[in-house]
Amino acid sequence: MHNVGIITRRELASYFATPLAYVFILIFLLLANAFTFYLGGFYERGQADLAPFFTFHPWLYLFLIPALSMKLWAEERKSGSIELLMTQPVKLWDAVLGKFLAAWIFTALALALTFPLWITVNYLGSPDNGAILAAYLGSLLLAAGFLAIGSCMSALTRNQVVAFILGVVVCFAFLLAGFPMVLDLFRGWAPQALVEAIASLSFLTHFESIVKGVIDVRDLLYFAMLAVFFLLATAVTLDLRKDL
Amino acid sequence: MIKTDHLTKHYGALKAVDDVSFQVGAGEVLGFLGPNGAGKTTTMRMLAGFVTPTAGSASICGHDVVTDALAAKTALGYLPEGAPSYGEMSVRRFLDFIADLRGLEGARRSARLEHVIENLHLSAVLGQTIDTLSKGFRRRVGLAQAIVHDPPVLILDEPTDGLDPNQKHEVRTLINDMARDKIIIISTHILEEVDAVCTRAIIISRGRIVADDTPAGLAARSRYHNAVSMQLADSAQLESARVAVAALPAVAQVEVSEREARLTALPRPGALILPAVSELAARAGLKFKELHLEAGRLDEVFRTITA
Repeated sequence: MHNVGIITRRELASYFATPLAYVFILIFLLLANAFTFYLGGFYERGQADLAPFFTFHPWLYLFLIPALSMKLWAEERKSGSIELLMTQPVKLWDAVLGKFLAAWIFTALALALTFPLWITVNYLGSPDNGAILAAYLGSLLLAAGFLAIGSCMSALTRNQVVAFILGVVVCFAFLLAGFPMVLDLFRGWAPQALVEAIASLSFLTHFESIVKGVIDVRDLLYFAMLAVFFLLATAVTLDLRKDL
Repeated sequence: MIKTDHLTKHYGALKAVDDVSFQVGAGEVLGFLGPNGAGKTTTMRMLAGFVTPTAGSASICGHDVVTDALAAKTALGYLPEGAPSYGEMSVRRFLDFIADLRGLEGARRSARLEHVIENLHLSAVLGQTIDTLSKGFRRRVGLAQAIVHDPPVLILDEPTDGLDPNQKHEVRTLINDMARDKIIIISTHILEEVDAVCTRAIIISRGRIVADDTPAGLAARSRYHNAVSMQLADSAQLESARVAVAALPAVAQVEVSEREARLTALPRPGALILPAVSELAARAGLKFKELHLEAGRLDEVFRTITA
């Protein structure tokens, strides 16, 4: 575990060594606020809550998280530094986890910087702050799922653009799985159990209940297991082809 | 001790490394030679635990590189080909990062960092990001990370590539200094390096070991081993000298370079021709600027073996 911390620290520092961190945070905040106020109708709704803000997070993450995760392993492969890292006395899992944690902590930081919105709703009315906290937690878990998928896609290639596109596509599939449009396709003929199974795989299904302020252990487990699964897949991919 | 046992790596149909077995003991500096694409880097990557062997095994200080990878990596300092590193990091931060991963702590940590920074002359660039360094500095940063934990075994893939002659000399001195109590493998395609630092050389071609000998032993395989080379003061004497030297019974062949007015006499196998040639030169009144005995030409041996 000691090595996880070392790798996480190095990765985090490398985000801030380039303009990437600042550009990412700036765009994240701009888009998050644009979605909230223009698409979400924050003022027009006349309700003191952050639902218009959180509702769009899955769509915001769909493009921003793969942009963050695409470099995790593809860049190491491209520059050859993967050979340096993999020949240090470090367990593969420690490296996978360390890099993931760095990206996750970074996302948490970007998310935390949306705090003025929280202050604003508290100024405008009296929202359910417990529900808002739950929604922040849900958003962070959602980000973990996206990031783990992105990490795995990044491990598959040495090309960051390919990693980005693969990341978006796979994340999109996990989002769509819970969309009524997709579920309706199955509802007509498929057994209810299958429809539920597909819906239960979806980010949206699990995310929406958390956003409503309902923290269900099953939703937490879902995101945790999804992240662990894709991080294991990252490790397996790397182990099979370190020298891609 | 480094040991490989029938080490093999296939990439599809390509046999990158084919049944390679050797052992290297303490105090040895093994030069790994071979044409580009012969399998040097793949072999070193397998030893460093970066590439998994298709068949066979390898161990470092008794630790198998596959089943006991962490212990093998702990005992090893490795400079990958091209000395990759994290370009956005400063030299100082990069070395700190490696020292952390290597578990260096306290006084030993500062002493080791100071030691590599001084020995590889990195103090002037500590604050610079690695991306902004010249090729020579990057190579030295790569060397620094390989030796910072003072490992018993060093594997260096082309440690002097991209260095200028002064830097090459310094790195060779460094390797020679470390050679006493370490096991070192270096790969190179600079043959003079073999003479300068190696106690033993393995030549690898198309994935197989084709020669395993001391540098002197390899040179002795050359046609030029014990040949006599003579540069004449007057090129007009060249033709008559050639005829006279070729007539000596122990001389197998004479090569002539008109441009340098040089004549090289190759001995028959096992023969020593220096006394006969110098005596002939005195008798025939040949005026020469220079005359020497050749030890053998490594580049010629290399070409003959790997062609």
